[in-house]
Amino acid sequence: MADRCAVIGVGQTHLKAKREDVSIPGLVREAAQRALADAELTFADIDAVVIGKAPDMFEGVMMPELSLAAALGAVGKPMMRVHTAGSVGGSTALVAAHLISSGIHRRVLTVAYEKQSDSDAMWALSVPQPFAAPLLAGAGGYFAPHIRAYMRRSGAPEHIGRMVAVKDRRNALKNPYAHLHLEDIDMKMVEESIMLWDPLRYLEACPSSDGAAAMVLAAADAVSGSYPPAWVHGMAMRSEPTMFAGRDQVNPQAGRDCAADVYRQAGITDPRADLDMAEVYVPFSWYEPMWLENLGFCPEGEGWKLTESGATALDGDIPWNASGGVLSSNPIGASGMLRFLEAAMQVRSQAGEHQVEGARRALGHAYGGGSQFFAMWVVGSDKP
Amino acid sequence: MLDTPIHLEYTFTPGIAQSRFLRGLAEGRFVGQRCPVCGKVYIPSRGSCPVDGVPTGEDVALSDTGIVTTYCVVNVPFAGQAIEIPYIAAQVLLDGANISFMGLIQGIPATDVRMGMRVQAVWVEPDELGPTLASVKYFTPTGEPDAPYETFEEYL
Ligand SMILES: [Zn+2]
Repeated sequence: MADRCAVIGVGQTHLKAKREDVSIPGLVREAAQRALADAELTFADIDAVVIGKAPDMFEGVMMPELSLAAALGAVGKPMMRVHTAGSVGGSTALVAAHLISSGIHRRVLTVAYEKQSDSDAMWALSVPQPFAAPLLAGAGGYFAPHIRAYMRRSGAPEHIGRMVAVKDRRNALKNPYAHLHLEDIDMKMVEESIMLWDPLRYLEACPSSDGAAAMVLAAADAVSGSYPPAWVHGMAMRSEPTMFAGRDQVNPQAGRDCAADVYRQAGITDPRADLDMAEVYVPFSWYEPMWLENLGFCPEGEGWKLTESGATALDGDIPWNASGGVLSSNPIGASGMLRFLEAAMQVRSQAGEHQVEGARRALGHAYGGGSQFFAMWVVGSDKP
Repeated sequence: MLDTPIHLEYTFTPGIAQSRFLRGLAEGRFVGQRCPVCGKVYIPSRGSCPVDGVPTGEDVALSDTGIVTTYCVVNVPFAGQAIEIPYIAAQVLLDGANISFMGLIQGIPATDVRMGMRVQAVWVEPDELGPTLASVKYFTPTGEPDAPYETFEEYL
């Protein structure tokens, strides 16, 4: 990285099942204005805008970046759109960060969103095609067989998934922006919820949310705002084909490579010890133990033991998803950016009730498609 | 909120490799392709090996038997759903293939499906065959002993 990149403003909308009070332009503008207010800037101070969302077919609005330019103060400015399915919020933040670190721009606004109430993601992800049987039932139907494979491979007991489902929803009670606020959540409630994609139950899956996230990124000489910046210590993207012989769908190579790259840049040799917390894309409960292994927080086969020990709880030694994570709010396109944004909030000590005390270095992670897109950054309170 | 139904017709152009796969289905058989470098057999083949980046020119006739590597039981309704819930969506690895694809399992209660279970394709009537995976009605257990986990672990 030539120039250092700082997160100087973060903003998110309340994440809800239906935001009927705003249009899509209103939704993204709300998040953008909050990020600008946090950075104590206005749209006029921004050099370029980078926007991401899940596939256009979800809301049925083609190339929405064109019509959203006005709402984001981008008319007459460079504007870019990023496409990497569910990981897009993370990739979008990284494209914006590269515009800073490469020296092209000094202040970039980056935004990601989804308005699931305007769309039908289950339908959009399940459209029949002649070369495949019409069996795919949304993302849960795609990932549930791989979760079963993980359970078999690792020998993990079945209560692990329920533990994650409870932990993340309890964390969400401390996050006023989170979609799900399930006061009474416990293991029994998860166990008694309906089986949607056996072995995955309703409460082990993410909700369907409306929401937007935004960040203002700046070069070192353009830092502003009252909160200290979060500095980008490392950033990486990797992808792999969705289908190839010998592909490890439980522990994908692209995820391992992406983590290794971002840790190398950030000088991290033992992520569990060197990081203070992580915001990781866990849309289905079992992806916590799976990604604990993929991201090198423990040896392969032992992710579930880390979860079971309580290490990833808010009071554990390496809290995962203090915000409540994707399991508590899933505005698909924004979900990856929310992980990156929450990591930045933690190292800026602005996470309020779900603040991990003394957090100085945090991982933001997103994955998407059929586990083929990965995006990660490590942010820290120290300027590297 | 106002729902306004829309309709979109499109022409699907499958390319050379997928055309062979789809024409095979119209004849009631599975046609895969072998990579000349790694020797792996792809079905459906996209015409190249994603690992080696070379064309997979050689067609390989595969049997319509195989195993369930992993599966889930779908119990969630959604718009446009083609199959009555609950149904078993499995990754089926055909004998001789090196990659699995998603197939419907019937002829067994959902609670009895197993990883490693031997299955065989049940085809539609000959006059209903077409260039689509809809030519396969479903896969059903053959009753043979399950494949040991070690034999299909690498396909998960
Ligand atoms: Zn090959």
